[in-house]
Amino acid sequence: MKKRLVLTFLKETVEKPITYHLVKDYDLMVNILSAKIEPNEEGRLVVEISGKKENLSQGMDYLRDLGVSVQPLASDVRWNEERCTHCTACIPICSSQALVVDRKTMIVSFNPDFCILCGLCLRACPYQAIEIMF
Amino acid sequence: MTKTIAEINERIKKGEAVVVTAEEIIDLVDKKGVHQVAKEVDVVTTATFGPMCSSGIYFNFGHSKPRIKAQKAWLNNVPAYAGLAAVDLYLGATELAENDPANTVYPGAFRYGGGHIIEELVSGKDIRMKVVSYGTDCYPKKELSTWLNIHDLNEAVLFNPRNCYQNYNVAVNLSNKVIYTYLGTLLPRLGNANYCSAGQLSPLLNDPLYLTIGIGTRIFLCGGIGYVAWQGTQHNPNVARGENQVPKRAGGTLAVIGDLKQMEPAWLRGVSMTGYGVTLAVGIGVPIPMLNEEICRFVAVRDEEILAPVVDYSKAYPEREPDVLAEVSYSQLKSGKIKINGKEVPTGGLSSYAKARQIANILKEWIIKGDFLLTEPVQRLPSVETNITIKPLKERGER
Repeated sequence: MKKRLVLTFLKETVEKPITYHLVKDYDLMVNILSAKIEPNEEGRLVVEISGKKENLSQGMDYLRDLGVSVQPLASDVRWNEERCTHCTACIPICSSQALVVDRKTMIVSFNPDFCILCGLCLRACPYQAIEIMF
Repeated sequence: MTKTIAEINERIKKGEAVVVTAEEIIDLVDKKGVHQVAKEVDVVTTATFGPMCSSGIYFNFGHSKPRIKAQKAWLNNVPAYAGLAAVDLYLGATELAENDPANTVYPGAFRYGGGHIIEELVSGKDIRMKVVSYGTDCYPKKELSTWLNIHDLNEAVLFNPRNCYQNYNVAVNLSNKVIYTYLGTLLPRLGNANYCSAGQLSPLLNDPLYLTIGIGTRIFLCGGIGYVAWQGTQHNPNVARGENQVPKRAGGTLAVIGDLKQMEPAWLRGVSMTGYGVTLAVGIGVPIPMLNEEICRFVAVRDEEILAPVVDYSKAYPEREPDVLAEVSYSQLKSGKIKINGKEVPTGGLSSYAKARQIANILKEWIIKGDFLLTEPVQRLPSVETNITIKPLKERGER
């Protein structure tokens, strides 16, 4: 089983080696897609976690017990189709190809499953059509 | 075989006019040839949708009681130009809000400014207006703060001194750091290449010598009816051209005008360019009357035949150096990657081809239905027979 998650830490938990515990104690494979961790600040990890279903669920319980907020990745990114003008400024910026353009129609679309929350599109989009909520 | 605009208008009124878009005409000419298509087709619709900084609105907000002569004015805290008559204001698309941090925290987000207010006005939203004045015997009021709505304004007019650029630079970044430009975010070491033209659909690329588009040409302007008012600022007919007469550099431009009250937010949108500023995206559609075979050859131009210069925006552009790294066609640009210095570079657009296509089709429908007649230009735009070129500024310390 595989899940893409956004983990938000309180500043008190930032210094705990939680990735280590997920790997060692729960036999989970943790792939860090993006991270923002600073001492004494709220931190955020975007991860892809895979492993046995029961291990995953126990691992998540461990995180919640520590006060880490666990959210599925997709719910955090919003592509506002109404605001998008299909200009394609985001296309070369989006390395994970979550934002793609159909070359025939030149219409842009967004696939949240491919998004790694790098946030580069936020700056590249002139129409404020993409929002990331944490 | 030649036609006149009057003859074409008669056919439009009778519902007999044959109208196609500048995209559709390409295949038609391929299949049937210029001679046949020039006879069969009456009008070709062209269009573009993209950020156009030299844009803005003027309006008259009506006289207060007692009267005020606006000396300074703000709309949602964005300054408007009040150096006109008492209650006339001009709001430019790139104006920033008074408290915008701009690039002090680099790169600035520029989330709100003149372009966004224009979009909000057109959407019917109320806008807070503040006005101050020194007071006169005939205009005694010194301060005013009220809500404005587009429906309450006497006149509200979009007047853009420069739109519809005939071709434009493709921007790249040769430096080692990300740069933020009016052509978007440019990743270091040729990380991406951004362009801004509708190419084969773009109005002035389909009328490269300005044979039909001139002062007084009726156009689709942001969902309403507008007109070409003049050549745009920086209009530069004497740039390098290909054998097909299409400019290979930024060439001609249009100044356009139209009733803001007719417009729709889908075709007029506030733009935030990270690290650069705010602006306005404008949607324009221009009909080209099929007067003869020469015009038919021009409107059949295709992306492969339109070349744009690739320019380094980390050094050559800001330093006003003339260096061009390469010339690439719009078909290469629209394919998603181009080759520069042997490197494959992904491309992004600032101009929406999807929206340009929609506009060309709307204008086509208007003409087919008989709702939109063509106009004879009152005067031609300066073209290659003039000696007009664009002059750089010579800074000088003495008069």
